[in-house]
Amino acid sequence: MELLIATGIGVLTAAGIYLTLRLRSFPVVLGLALLSYAVNLFLFSTGRLVTGAPPILSKDAAAYTDPLPQALVLTAIVISFGMSALLVMLALGSYLEGRDDGVEGDGAEDAPEATSGEAR
Amino acid sequence: MNENLLILMAFLPFLGALTPGLAIRAGRNVCTGFALAPTLVALAALAVMVPVVWQGGVIEARLDWLPALGLSLGLRLDALSMMFAGMILGMGVIVTIYARHYLSGEDPMGRFYTFLLLFQGAMLGIVLSANLLVMVIFWEITSLASFLLIGFWSHLKEARQGARMALAVTGLGGLALAAGVLVLGQIAGSLDLAVVLEKGDEIRAHALYLPALLLILLGAFTKSAQFPFHFWLPHAMAAPTPVSTYLHSATMVKAGVFLLARLWPVLAGTDAWFAIVATTGLVTMLVGAAIALFKDDLKALLAYSTVSHLGFLTLLLGIGTRAAAIVAVLHVLTHLTFKATLFMVAGIVDHSTGTRDIRRLGGLAGLMPITATIATVAGLSMAGIPPLNGYLTKEMMLEETTHALWLGSHWAMPAVATLAALFSVAYSLRFVGHVFFGAPRDSYPHEPHEAGPGLWGGPAILALACILLGLMPQLLAAPLVERVAAAVVGAPVGPLKLKLWHGVTPALLMSGVAVLGGIVALANYARVAAAWRRLLSIEAKAIFTALVACAGRISARISARLHDGSLSRYVAIFVTATVAVGAAAFLGAAHVPGTRPMLPVPLPIAVIWTISLICVGAIVLLHRERFIALILVAVVGLSVSVAFVYLSAPDLALTQVSVETVTTLLMLLALNFLPKQTPVESSAGRRLRDGIVAVAAGAAVGALSLIFMTRDFQSISAYHLANSKTGGGGTNVVNVILVDFRGFDTFGEIIVLGIAGLTIYALLMAMLDGRAGRRLRQWRPLERRSGDRHPMMMVVIARLMMPLSLMVGVFIFLRGHNQPGGGFIAGLIIAVAYLVQYMASGFQWTQARQRIEYHGLIGAGVFIAGLTGMAAWFFGRPFLTSAFGYVKPPLIEKFELASAMAFDLGVFLTVLGAVMLALYSLSTMARTAGETVNVEPMDVDPTQEPDEGEVA
Repeated sequence: MELLIATGIGVLTAAGIYLTLRLRSFPVVLGLALLSYAVNLFLFSTGRLVTGAPPILSKDAAAYTDPLPQALVLTAIVISFGMSALLVMLALGSYLEGRDDGVEGDGAEDAPEATSGEAR
Repeated sequence: MNENLLILMAFLPFLGALTPGLAIRAGRNVCTGFALAPTLVALAALAVMVPVVWQGGVIEARLDWLPALGLSLGLRLDALSMMFAGMILGMGVIVTIYARHYLSGEDPMGRFYTFLLLFQGAMLGIVLSANLLVMVIFWEITSLASFLLIGFWSHLKEARQGARMALAVTGLGGLALAAGVLVLGQIAGSLDLAVVLEKGDEIRAHALYLPALLLILLGAFTKSAQFPFHFWLPHAMAAPTPVSTYLHSATMVKAGVFLLARLWPVLAGTDAWFAIVATTGLVTMLVGAAIALFKDDLKALLAYSTVSHLGFLTLLLGIGTRAAAIVAVLHVLTHLTFKATLFMVAGIVDHSTGTRDIRRLGGLAGLMPITATIATVAGLSMAGIPPLNGYLTKEMMLEETTHALWLGSHWAMPAVATLAALFSVAYSLRFVGHVFFGAPRDSYPHEPHEAGPGLWGGPAILALACILLGLMPQLLAAPLVERVAAAVVGAPVGPLKLKLWHGVTPALLMSGVAVLGGIVALANYARVAAAWRRLLSIEAKAIFTALVACAGRISARISARLHDGSLSRYVAIFVTATVAVGAAAFLGAAHVPGTRPMLPVPLPIAVIWTISLICVGAIVLLHRERFIALILVAVVGLSVSVAFVYLSAPDLALTQVSVETVTTLLMLLALNFLPKQTPVESSAGRRLRDGIVAVAAGAAVGALSLIFMTRDFQSISAYHLANSKTGGGGTNVVNVILVDFRGFDTFGEIIVLGIAGLTIYALLMAMLDGRAGRRLRQWRPLERRSGDRHPMMMVVIARLMMPLSLMVGVFIFLRGHNQPGGGFIAGLIIAVAYLVQYMASGFQWTQARQRIEYHGLIGAGVFIAGLTGMAAWFFGRPFLTSAFGYVKPPLIEKFELASAMAFDLGVFLTVLGAVMLALYSLSTMARTAGETVNVEPMDVDPTQEPDEGEVA
């Protein structure tokens, strides 16, 4: 199981970084979403993997998993939503204000324009 | 008692700075009163403390901040700081009253007094600090306050330029000073002034003495306008005259001198000290005096004269003997009395004649007799004519120069000093003679009239002091100077004998030469001035501007190279560097595999793992098709939530599922306005490079997490598990951590979320006004619209589900303290419930039935959470301490009521508000782009006959 989670984190990280390295804003937003899954899983995994022992106190539970990483990850998930929403809005703004949705600063002004969904 | 008084005195100006801006609504006199009150009270506090210091005591007060690091706000009142504090507060009173009559009705007086008090507090802080680092902070605040005050008339170009120049020069010096103080603290082992003052010998012998000295001197010289940093001071004269009087003559520019005096026992006495400080002082004294003679603007003349006198003080401290330091102390007082007077006189002349140009003035003595008398007394004192106090210190200064060996000669320093004194006599007499005496002009820009006592009262007092201090120095000045000088040199100073007549001494002869030479020079002023103009006309401002422009170009070039705006480049550099550092650390040590046994893998989990990995691969390959990639990302997100379910994290699973829903909807809305495909822009080589970087980073992170997971560890969570029920009153430990143990973190996070929501809204509003808004209004969607955008089935189901969804949300919220759930999840679930409604019936229809502002929800949420936290204060507990109890309402079960629940309500409202505000913003874009507004809940009205309804 640990191996699956570790490879999952690794693959998510690699895919996230690859997409973040693209030149348009939408892949970057998707890449950051994948990266945030990876980071959340990574933080979660620092509490080690335990099955069938949720941190809900009860008389018949024998053991509990570590609740602290869960609390940290929970807020991280919500915050990453806020950040994604903000990024999407920035991406929209930069696309509508500028010529295309590139993320390369001034250098990308000369890049070929996107063809669909373009305002005329 | 005295400790508290000292703290009160130091903070009063800062507290007082808050009031004038408000009090101005009640009129100018009330405003002046509010500006005056803190200064007067602080002055009274100082008066109470004077006897202690007079007896040789030192009053100390300390407010600890980080005692473990030795950081504290220490205040210290000895004779030196007492004298400066008295000057700052006393001049504060005079200048405040003067400014009341000087500023015109259009000037924002409240703002002026606020800046002035801010400065006063910072300046007091410099002289009272017991810790060198604290002093540096106050030092920088005075630079900022000076910037604000010089630029007070911000509509004037000179004011803005002067303010920037002053800030650049003194701020740069402040940075050097900070560095110097840190080096000094390193040598002495403490930043505490008392400790540093004890270690003079050790510091002077240290290898780092010279760097520390140079850095500190750079700070002192820039602040006190020493050559070649003198040029900012004349440009600072664009400030209103009260500011020039207060900051740029009486107090702030003396901060550098104060610093030299304060650190005199530590730094002075070496060859380097004498060579640098005395030479700088001497050159500044001469250059300032020479330029002053040829300035036609009264304030410019006085500014260069101030530069010259600051050089005078620096020279005396630089000579390094005790006798010279004593003269410096006395001259600080002397200079204050005549120079502040003359600045205020210049302000009066400007006020009543409309000009400060000496060439257009003259003969004012008959028209403004009181001002003329005051100006004559102060001017003669500045010239060093007996029996005024300026004569006294000038004689003593000349005397000290005869003892100094400079440039290998006993003659060089006295000669230069005499020349400076000659110029000083000439410009002083010019100030008095060419403005007030001679024949009256036929016309002035304004008809001159005598000023009111509000304007001449302050200068009159100071001019009287010039006379009295000159006539009775032994009685009035000697006791104070003895004590202050003792504080400067760090040892008792024997009884002083201050008198005007010392017999025929070399100093008297030098003085005589200076006075005669000065009179001759002024008599032939036209010829001398012409010669000066031929000789040199270097404009320091031009050099400064060129330097600044050059620095700007260089930094623009550097940042253009380093910071070219390419996001992918930054990310690549960042990731590569991080992986490299991590790899270097990892490969530099030996490793053993972990021993913690791994969990078995059940088949369903293996299947989900495979599916999500395929999805990730597909995302990378197909990411150019944005819609598909987005849906696949959502699938991966759902797989992650399944992992959370399986791995004992029900709260995380619930959060992940609801966040996933909301995020995907939001992204779909956004994608509507973005290109649907990503073009191929990067070369194959570039993609290979990116792939290598990404795979390396992924491998590193994956390996790291495996290393974590295969090792046992000691968690701090045992505490949380043990105290969750008993201390936090809940059995859902994750929720108790969020709302109780680490409630402060959560409070910060909901604020961040709220800010994100509001920022999205603000971005939208800014966009709609600009180019993006125009583009949206002309939007032509490429996709064909659905003919049935609000299908009846969906509308009916959504409306049936709405109450159920809301109930689930409330239930999840209420049980959150004990079972999976809580404010975060409930907020998201209710947001989803609303979203479904919006999707089914359209935004406008739903919005019309939704009367709560989302901004308000965010505000209310943060407010409630904060209020809950603060409630704990009333029970004498720290912020966010929770309390809980059980109630048994009729009909339903026993019910727990915890204060944490109110906090969770705040979390809930903020989350709901932020999510909905983000959605609202995107929908507003859609409406701007021509999305039609539906009036009916669904496109097809089932109550109507088919032949009437479906026409479109």
